[in-house]
Amino acid sequence: MAKYKSDLNFIGKRQRKIEGLEKSTGRTLYADDIRLPEMLHGKILRSPHPHARIVSVDTSAAVAMAGVHGVVTGKDMPTTYGIIPWTPDEYPLAVDRVRYVGDGVAAVAAVDEDTAIRALDLIRVEYEELPAFLDPLAALEADGSTPYVHDARKEGRNGNVTKHVHLEFGDVDELMEASDVVVEGEYFFEGTTHTPIEPHCAIGLWQPDGGSRPPAPSRGPGDAGSGLGGRQASGKLTVWSATQVPHYLHRELARVLGVDPARVRVIQPLVGGAFGGKSEPFDLEFCVAKLAMKTGRPVKILYTREEVFYAHRGRHPFHMKYRTGCDAGGRLKSVDAQIVLDGGAYASFGLVTTYYSGQLLCAPYAMPAYRFDSTRVYTNKPACGPKRGHGSVQPRFAFEVQMDKLSERVGLDPIDMRRRNFIGENTRTVNELRITSNGFLACLDAVERASGWRNKFRKLPFGTGVGVAGSTYISGTNYPIYPNRMPQAAIQMQLDRSGRVAVFSGASEIGQGCDSMVAYVAAEELGVPLEHVRVYRGDTDFTPVDLGAYSSRVTFMLGNAAIQAARKLRGMVQEAVAEEWEVKAGEVLLAGGRALWASDTERQMSTREAFNLAEAKFGTLGARGWYDTPKDVHGEYRGGTIGASPAYSFTAHVAEVAVDVETGFVDVKKLWVAHDCGRALNPVLVEGQMEGSAYMGFAEAIMEQHVFKDADHGRAGLHDAPSLLDYRIPTSMDTPELESLIIESIDPEGPYGAKEAGEGPLHPSIPAIANAIYDAIGIRMDRLPFSPPAVWRQIEEARAAGKLCKPLVPGAAVVAARRG
Amino acid sequence: MWENQASRKVRRRNRALPRGVPVRTALPVVGRAANLKTMPLATEIVSLTVNGDRREVGVPGHYTLLETLRYGLGLTGSKQGCDKGDCGACTVLVDGEATLSCITPVREAEGREIVTVEGLANAHGPHPLQDEFDLHGAAQCGFCTPGILCSAASLLAHTNAPTRDEIREALSGNLCRCTGYTKIYEAVEAAAARMRDDG
Repeated sequence: MAKYKSDLNFIGKRQRKIEGLEKSTGRTLYADDIRLPEMLHGKILRSPHPHARIVSVDTSAAVAMAGVHGVVTGKDMPTTYGIIPWTPDEYPLAVDRVRYVGDGVAAVAAVDEDTAIRALDLIRVEYEELPAFLDPLAALEADGSTPYVHDARKEGRNGNVTKHVHLEFGDVDELMEASDVVVEGEYFFEGTTHTPIEPHCAIGLWQPDGGSRPPAPSRGPGDAGSGLGGRQASGKLTVWSATQVPHYLHRELARVLGVDPARVRVIQPLVGGAFGGKSEPFDLEFCVAKLAMKTGRPVKILYTREEVFYAHRGRHPFHMKYRTGCDAGGRLKSVDAQIVLDGGAYASFGLVTTYYSGQLLCAPYAMPAYRFDSTRVYTNKPACGPKRGHGSVQPRFAFEVQMDKLSERVGLDPIDMRRRNFIGENTRTVNELRITSNGFLACLDAVERASGWRNKFRKLPFGTGVGVAGSTYISGTNYPIYPNRMPQAAIQMQLDRSGRVAVFSGASEIGQGCDSMVAYVAAEELGVPLEHVRVYRGDTDFTPVDLGAYSSRVTFMLGNAAIQAARKLRGMVQEAVAEEWEVKAGEVLLAGGRALWASDTERQMSTREAFNLAEAKFGTLGARGWYDTPKDVHGEYRGGTIGASPAYSFTAHVAEVAVDVETGFVDVKKLWVAHDCGRALNPVLVEGQMEGSAYMGFAEAIMEQHVFKDADHGRAGLHDAPSLLDYRIPTSMDTPELESLIIESIDPEGPYGAKEAGEGPLHPSIPAIANAIYDAIGIRMDRLPFSPPAVWRQIEEARAAGKLCKPLVPGAAVVAARRG
Repeated sequence: MWENQASRKVRRRNRALPRGVPVRTALPVVGRAANLKTMPLATEIVSLTVNGDRREVGVPGHYTLLETLRYGLGLTGSKQGCDKGDCGACTVLVDGEATLSCITPVREAEGREIVTVEGLANAHGPHPLQDEFDLHGAAQCGFCTPGILCSAASLLAHTNAPTRDEIREALSGNLCRCTGYTKIYEAVEAAAARMRDDG
C-alpha cells in the first residue's frame, strides 16, 4: 500500500491544472468541437407518448429525402443493454414499446442538422397508446390489468418493481422498544438532474478497412470464433463521446453492434461537466456508430438541451419513512427506514441505487440496530440514475433531520448529539463496512468554530437560524460493476531522454482534475517539474483500462496506481545514479528537476541526465502501475459487497439562513463545509470540489425540481421545464457564500493518504439548510425543495395555529415537555 | 501587454461608459428563424471583424453569430450549452459588450467588432483573467469558462476595481455548474488587481 512521506515536495501544494490554460484560452476541443471530413449530422426521433406500443415505423419518405444518407430504427439494433449487467432493459432505439416521452424511436443522418430535423418529420410512427404510470406509489400497487412498464420477469410478480432490498442488522424492534425517545418522520426528496453545461455529444467513424494501418493479410484463428462476417469483421469503429465511462461504452458498443471489442475504439475528449449524468451508454452513441457503419461516413449527434433533460439519469425521487430511537443521553439505538424510489422507465444503475439508499447511512454515527426496506419502481418518465452522491443524498437528508429532531427531544445541542454518536476510526459499521481513517470529529469542530455556532444556535433573531448536518461517502467501491478479477485502475508511465515523463491514463477527466492528479504524482515521485509531465489520456486504443469517473473512485484508485508505476521508475533512476556516484540507491533524491545525493546535496545532476543513465542501464524506461481494491472487506450477507469501499470520507456542514415569513423565500446566507478528504493532493482542486458540491446541494435544497406533467396539467409525462431558464439552477446571484475547511485524516491506504472529495461534500447541505430553517422559524421542512410556495404554505399553517416562532433551546424544550 | 488590437479598441470605447452599465445586453433579436421547415437555406456572405481580423464568411442566412463563429470560422472556443440564451456559454464581446451569440442573428453582428475567448489572449500570453482562472481553479470542466471570461472582460473594461457584488451581477447571465462560483470571483478579483498594477 502507498505509504505517505512526511517530506512531500509537490503533493499538498496549490498547483495549476495541467489543462487549465488550455481551457481558459478556449483551445480545448470538446466532443462537439470536433469535425471530421465528410461528417454527417444525426438527429433522433423521440416518442411523444409516455407509454405506447409501436405498431409500425415507416421511414421511406425520410430515406428518399435529398440530403439524407441513412436512417436507423430499433430493428437495426435489437439487443438490450444496461450499465448493470443483471438488468439490461433498454434498446438503443425502442423496438416494440416506448416507455417515456422522449424515448428514441428512429435516427437520421443527413448532410446537415437542419436537413436531419426536417427528415424526422417525414418518419411515420403508428403508436397504440397504453395507460402510463407516473406516480411510483400507484405503480407499486399495479395489478397487471394494464401493461407494466416492463413485463414481469416471473409470472405473478409486479413488473413495475426494478429491485426490492430488505436488510436488517441487529434487533431493530427490540431496541426501538427499549429507546427512551423515538422520532418518526415522513420525507420526500424531489428528483433533480445534473445539467452539465455541455450537452451530450458523440461522433461515430467506421473504417471498413480497419483504419489507417494496413489490413492483416489473413484472419487468424483468433477471429474465427467471433461469428462476424465480411465487412464488419474487418472494419474498425471509433466513437468519440462526452462520456464518464469510456470502458463501459466500449464494451456495450461491441456487444450491441456485434463488433469484436478489439475493433472498437472509444475516444473521450475532455468532458464539459457530467456529475453522474454521462456515466452509462446513451442512445446517441449507438446511433452515431450504427449510422456511420450504414452510411460509411462519420456521423455526429449533439443533444439539444431539451434532450439532455429527457436523457436525465439524475436523482431518484424518494418517498421515505424513518423511525429513529435513542436513549435519554442521545445515543442512537435503532433506525428503521422504508423507502420507495421512483426509478423512471429503465433500470440504469437502479439496482445499486436501491442498495445505496440504505447501505451508506451507517456512518459517521454508530447505530446498534438498523433496518431498511427499499423498493425501486419503474414509472413512465425518463430513467433516474446516479447523480453526485448516488442514492445516499436522499436518505441522508431524512436521517440528519431526524437527528435534529432527536437532539431537541433529548435536550442536546445538535453538534454535541452528533459527537456523542461518533462511530470512531478503524471500526466496522453495523452493516459490516470497514471504516479506517475518520476525521468526522475534526469536521464538526471546524464548522462549529468557523460558523460561530455557539453564539448563533437558537440565539439569532426570529427569521434567521443555523443548522448542522454530517455525512459519509465512499472512495470508490470494492467491487466493480461487472464481476471480474482484473485491476480497477491502471497507469503506464515512461521516461524519455529529454527528461520528460509520459503518463498513459484511461481515467475520465470531467473537470475534477484526474489528469492533473496523476501528473502531480509523477512530479512528486520523479522530481520533474510539472511541465515535463505529459498525460496521454482518454483513448481505449492506447490507455490501460480505467472503469470511469463515478463513485468517487479515481483519486484513490488511479492515485495508487500512479504511485506504483512512478516508484518503479524512481527505483531504476536511483539505482543508475547511485551506481554512477558509487553511493546507496536510497541516498539518491529526485526533486526540483535534479537528482541529488542526500548526504551532500552539492552532488547533483539534472533529472534528464539521471534518466539517460537509467536508460543506459535498464533499456527503455517504462513501468506499469495498477490498483485493485481489497476483496476480503465486506459484509457477509447478500448485498454486503455493495457500499464496501477502501476508505470513507466524512463531511460536516453548518448552514445559516434568513427566512422571509411573508414570502416563504429562504435566503441561504452561508454554508461552512468541512470535509475529511484524507489528504488534499492539491488544495485548490479539493476546495473546488467542496464548493461545487455544496453549491449543488444548496441548489437541490432550494430550487431544483425535475418534474413531469400529469394528464390534468397538459400532456402526461411531458417534462415540466426542460430548459435552463425554467429548470432553475443557481446563478451567481442565487448562490450563497461558501467556505471550505479541509480536514486531513491521512488514510492508511489512500495515495499519500488521500480519499474522495467530489461527492461527499454535497450530502449535508440539504439537511443543514432544513435544520437551519427550523432554527429560524420553528418549521420543519420534510419535503424538498424548500421553495417559496412550499415554505410559505407551512408558514401560513403555523401562523394559523399560533406556532410561528423561534424554537426553544433543546434543553428548555425538554423541560417544557416534562412540564407539559 | 496582454491586449490585442481589438480589445484595446473595446477598452478605449468603454472608458466613456459609466459604471454599472448593464453588461449583458443581447442585441435585438430579429430575423431568427422561427420555423426551419419553411426557411430557405440560401447561403449569404457576411462580413465581420473577429478578434481583430476582417473576415468574410458564407453561411446560411438564418445562422446565429455563434453558429457562424463555430461552423463558419472554426472558432470553437465559444460554446453552445442551450442554444436559447439561458446558459451564457456562448457569450462573446460585440463592440465591447458581453453578448449572447447563440441568440444574435449573424446579420446583427455585421460590421461590428467581435471578440471571442480566442481573442482575449495575444501573442505574448494569456489575458490576466485567463491566467488567474487557471491559478485559482476557476475552470473545472471549462465549458462555461469562455462565456464567463467574456462577461468578466466586459466588466473589467467598465471598472478596474469591481466589488464582489458587481462581479456577481456581471456574471449572473453565465451558468457554471462545477464551481459554486467562489473560485471564479477570486480569479476575477485577482485579475483586476493585476491589471491595475500593470496599468
